[in-house]
Amino acid sequence: MSKATETAVHPVPAAASPLDAPFPTKRMLVNLGPSHPAMHGTVRAVVELDGEAVHAMKLDIGFLHRGFEKSCENVTWTQVFPYTDRLNYVSSIMNNVGYALAVEKLAGLQVPERAQYLRVITSELHRMCDHLTLISAMGLELGAMTVLIYGMEARDLIWDRLTELCGARLTSNYARVGGVSRDVPPGWNEKVLRILDRTEALRVEIDRLLTRNRIVIDRTRGTGVVSREDAIDYGFTGPCLRASGVSYDVRKASPYLVYDRLDFDVPVGSNGDNFDRYLMRMEEMKQSDRIVRQCFDQMQPGAIAADDSRYVLPPKPEVYGSIEGAMAHFKIIMEGIKVPAGEAYAYVEAANGELGFYAVSDGSGRPYKLGVRAPGWNMLMALPQMMEGKLLADLIPTFDTINMIGGEVEQ
Amino acid sequence: MSQAALQRLKERFPDAVTEAYTGPGGDDVALVKKESIEEVCRFLKSDPETAFDMAPYITAVDYMGSEPRFELVYQMYSTTRNHRLRLRVGVPESDPVVRSVTPLWKGANWYERYCWDLYGIRFEGHPDMRRLYMYEEFVGHPLRKDYSLRGRQPLIPERQVDEPFRGPGPSGS
Amino acid sequence: MSATSDLDLVPAIATRREDALSGLEKMVSKGLGWARKYSLFQYPFVTACCGMEFMAVAAARYDLDRFGAALPRFSPRQADLLMVVGTVNVKQAPILRRVYDSMADPKWVVAFGVCASSGGFYDNYATVQGIDRIIPVDVYIPGCPPRPEQVLDGIILLQQKIQDQPHKLIDREKPALPAKG
Repeated sequence: MSKATETAVHPVPAAASPLDAPFPTKRMLVNLGPSHPAMHGTVRAVVELDGEAVHAMKLDIGFLHRGFEKSCENVTWTQVFPYTDRLNYVSSIMNNVGYALAVEKLAGLQVPERAQYLRVITSELHRMCDHLTLISAMGLELGAMTVLIYGMEARDLIWDRLTELCGARLTSNYARVGGVSRDVPPGWNEKVLRILDRTEALRVEIDRLLTRNRIVIDRTRGTGVVSREDAIDYGFTGPCLRASGVSYDVRKASPYLVYDRLDFDVPVGSNGDNFDRYLMRMEEMKQSDRIVRQCFDQMQPGAIAADDSRYVLPPKPEVYGSIEGAMAHFKIIMEGIKVPAGEAYAYVEAANGELGFYAVSDGSGRPYKLGVRAPGWNMLMALPQMMEGKLLADLIPTFDTINMIGGEVEQ
Repeated sequence: MSQAALQRLKERFPDAVTEAYTGPGGDDVALVKKESIEEVCRFLKSDPETAFDMAPYITAVDYMGSEPRFELVYQMYSTTRNHRLRLRVGVPESDPVVRSVTPLWKGANWYERYCWDLYGIRFEGHPDMRRLYMYEEFVGHPLRKDYSLRGRQPLIPERQVDEPFRGPGPSGS
Repeated sequence: MSATSDLDLVPAIATRREDALSGLEKMVSKGLGWARKYSLFQYPFVTACCGMEFMAVAAARYDLDRFGAALPRFSPRQADLLMVVGTVNVKQAPILRRVYDSMADPKWVVAFGVCASSGGFYDNYATVQGIDRIIPVDVYIPGCPPRPEQVLDGIILLQQKIQDQPHKLIDREKPALPAKG
């Protein structure tokens, strides 16, 4: 019972009868703790609630900080690839490719064409996985559990093909400095085209379930709105920035790998709300499908890694057959590739936005510093402002559509 | 990737910009003095020809053994002009305080907290200067080169494990 | 009772008077074991990449529901299986300890993934080198991340372990309080 001396947010005015007086309320501090189903694992949000509306929100992160940068400073350049995998773990090949591009920029390496096409194909397949994960999680948390099941099935199909290629479903470790680690197994192209058809069918199912669904529209349209100026000011990139109306896509603005030869569209939204961000991802999955098919048409057989034995492991017949091969293999494995001193920043269009790697080399076999510009970071930073004054229930779709992946935000 | 922006910066701040060059891969880099970083950033954001409107990616590098010890790196991008620029600011160990650019770009907030948390570079004028990743009880700045890789500071007591490879205790060998 | 060692298996010949189970008690123990192992309510303490594999295990293809362990209970009081999925770092460790302490007996812990089992390849200032340094673990499922088939294998092993433990209908023993340190 509130005492008369307690300060209330809405002070009680003198009313005709006690039944007419407005109910005195106080703001409540609620902790959405780090172990919470809607917090995607590891973000702690302390919200000050005024009834059902969020008055203020403070974020506490660091519950998944795994020391990525410090670990990378203590291993060789090639051993960093598994660490980069686990940054944005739903689309790990894009992290590998971004890091490889940074090292190749420093070393001045030219990657052969087939390797570039393979990098693009696997990146786009993982982009589809990322978007499927987001849509499945969003569906689950808005109450549509069927979407989770369909999304997981599509994701499993893509992962099966990537397992054949890279060896792992999730943490692929596929790119290497100078190219990719292995070539496609025979028959892989046709299998991927078949599962792309199946994934498209599942995507259409999910679309039918969600896009014109009354509940989804009511919960996502108009919630989590970010204006265009705010989005740029916070440093949003990727689908979240495009949903706010800025058509910035690294693949079109500064094409890397073979994106300048491919024909695809970049969807741009207008409202900057959750519904637009969700629609961005549905549309981008269609475009990724288009890109992969074009790559299969354009890809020619060839080398999968640069022919430079200072950076790339020589093929095994040479390692066992010649002295130079054995020496090159030994030096690369034991000391690490010697990247010339300097610093470089390379960026890719990851599923979430612009993923940048800032690599500093001191000429030895280990990185001196490897910084990551995580795309999800900026969106998470803007979350308290997005939620001010909104209902607590709006936190759920907002948190889903900004696609905060703990691994990359907390490195 | 913008020679024009680099030239304009050099003309406008001839004494603040100590060096301007193009690095490997075509990255345009300018070395800026610590005292003038806020002015330079304000110019870069508001000038219509450079127009660096997006929040920069700010990180730090610890060059232990050379002077200045730390270097702050600001990686800037302009959505309207589609060009990039990198600023490198030397921060000495004796005076690791820099003016914050959070009033200019709201998105610089957490980057500066990260630099404080992991490197120990303090930002004057920052609205919320406290640790980002590590917990408050943590002592030290982990990404500095003199902080050991395995220097764990457990919050709750851990069971001691006798590991022949890593050695006993939470911090290993 | 949370089992942490082989000493908890029901011995064929009891060596201490209080451990001896009569024929009826053995039957009850088997029945309770059967019931408990096929109705696991998990608390998915998901932190990192293994969470993606956890989602895949819970989905339609590698169905976790056929083992009775489908329903997650997001309150530790209502759960009996704590699945620690992903890396636990030093900041998260007190929270894990608190969740484990909040759970009611009987409870079991599965360390899902190599980061939870032993720290993984994050041997640095931020990561707890295996959650068994803070809480007792029943089954370790290594892998980075483990394939869903490995996870199902781990769940089956856990179910065998649960079956073999002595279960009592009315357990008058005081539960073992969590050891300090």
